[in-house]
Amino acid sequence: MTVLVTGSTVRPETPLDTGRVELRDVGLSYFSPKQETEALRNVSFSVAPGEFIAIVGPSGCGKSTFLSLIAGLIKPTSGSVTIDGAPVRGPSRRVGYMLQRDHLFEWRTVLSNLRLGAEVQGLDKAAATDRALSMLARYGLGGFENHYPNELSGGMRQRVALIRTLVTQPDILLLDEPFSALDFQTRLALADEMAEILDDQETGKKTIVLVTHDISEAISMADRVLVLSGRPGQVKSEHSFGLHTGGRRRPFEVRSSPEFNDCFKVLWKELDVHIDG
Amino acid sequence: MSTSTVDHLAGGTATPLDAASTGNVRSRGYRDYLRNRRRTRAGVIAAQVLVLAAVLAFWQVGADVRLWDPLLTSTPTTIWSTFWKLSAQGSLWTNTAVTLEETLVSFAVAMVAGVVIATAIWWSPFLSRVLDPYLVMGNAMPKTALGPIFFIWLGSQLSVYGMAISISLIVTILTVTTGFVGVDPDKVKLMRTFGANRRQILVKAVLPGSLPTLLSAVRVNIGLTLVGVIVGEFLSSKAGLGYMILYGGQIFDLSQVMTAIVMLVVMSAVLYAVLVGVESLVRRRWRVA
Repeated sequence: MTVLVTGSTVRPETPLDTGRVELRDVGLSYFSPKQETEALRNVSFSVAPGEFIAIVGPSGCGKSTFLSLIAGLIKPTSGSVTIDGAPVRGPSRRVGYMLQRDHLFEWRTVLSNLRLGAEVQGLDKAAATDRALSMLARYGLGGFENHYPNELSGGMRQRVALIRTLVTQPDILLLDEPFSALDFQTRLALADEMAEILDDQETGKKTIVLVTHDISEAISMADRVLVLSGRPGQVKSEHSFGLHTGGRRRPFEVRSSPEFNDCFKVLWKELDVHIDG
Repeated sequence: MSTSTVDHLAGGTATPLDAASTGNVRSRGYRDYLRNRRRTRAGVIAAQVLVLAAVLAFWQVGADVRLWDPLLTSTPTTIWSTFWKLSAQGSLWTNTAVTLEETLVSFAVAMVAGVVIATAIWWSPFLSRVLDPYLVMGNAMPKTALGPIFFIWLGSQLSVYGMAISISLIVTILTVTTGFVGVDPDKVKLMRTFGANRRQILVKAVLPGSLPTLLSAVRVNIGLTLVGVIVGEFLSSKAGLGYMILYGGQIFDLSQVMTAIVMLVVMSAVLYAVLVGVESLVRRRWRVA
């Protein structure tokens, strides 16, 4: 496998060349005075630059742990996690992490929330504000910059949370069940809107890792789906369904395509076998 | 209290006029509801005034007809005249000012020190575990027992501050630490994903996120501090409302004791009202629900 090495401080001008994530023989154990819990065992996979993968698996199999590993929030007990060949040593500007719930700070306006990452990382304030405002305008939230989070609907809040992640211009995006806190209709609508945002050429194409327990969400959004087994989590199988054609993701259309049900059945079976076993 | 009654009644009669003038159409049921609400409220206030008036009248008349010795209870009218006498002498105001100053200073010191120590405890889990048993013990022990020690160590004036601070400090530390730890761990995780250091997490997420707890600590503390100040003045001081009360008791001047107590009640009510005002401003500014 060719590993592209680039200095992590250099902002990539050609995004497609960077953003390769690689996990090699990763094991992770949690320790408590009474016991040792093995969460992951011998996990290896890689995500190509610009690729969108989804990780599905039974609850408690350590799906979100992958995101924490890639984000540098925790260190693997064994094995290595690398981004473009460089080992992950801690949180990096190149990685954006979107949590399950929006966690917008109630005491900050929408715009001020969007600047949070830039403030923490010491990025140029004016440029960050420009990016935030232009994304708000493009993604249907123009005019809301001075509102407070409690004045927004759940779907709007989640879009603001996505923009907050994008303002710092990461080239790898980690999504931890970003729709799970929303009702079904909002979820479908937001998946389409988010796909559009993620495919937006102006923000640049990104490597995306989506963690979800929702099979249809995984199929409708990702290029490739990884199925995990239960604890200790291992990669059970990989599926590239190739339902996304023409360069743009349209989750809602994919859901109603004839092939969708077959894909769903394949994944369902994979997961089901494990639940029974 | 009587002025607030007038306000309520005036507000009550003004409401229907407002509705008529703005052309708001209200259903019969809603109007009945509002009228009932107003009546209940007026009733409560009237009863409160009545209770106060009855107690004062009983107090006055009972002493006047010698149901008991007025020397033991004083009377509302004597307190009234004592108030004006002491007020004219200036001693009432100097003593009130002394107590107020001691309270505000102790309150500020306890709040600042409490938040600083709570921050240190939040910062270092090791320190938190080391201090835990001492904080629990310190919280459980009656701080007033330390009075004589403060007197010996700090002298008659400073010991008042020592007493007041010791009473409110540990509660502040415990409340604020609980508030810090109670901030949603995912908010901290979010900060970490941006690469935030501990100081940024504290300033941008934890401090503003625990504002409700800080505000409740403030409200509890003003009362506790006042208790500490009065106890401190009882033990040692040469001025202040606590001193006035103790001295009045020693020379058997119940009118002075009562006057000082009334002053104390007014002072704590005013302090509380000011804090509630500040709190609602802060809540609006920081969008605390």
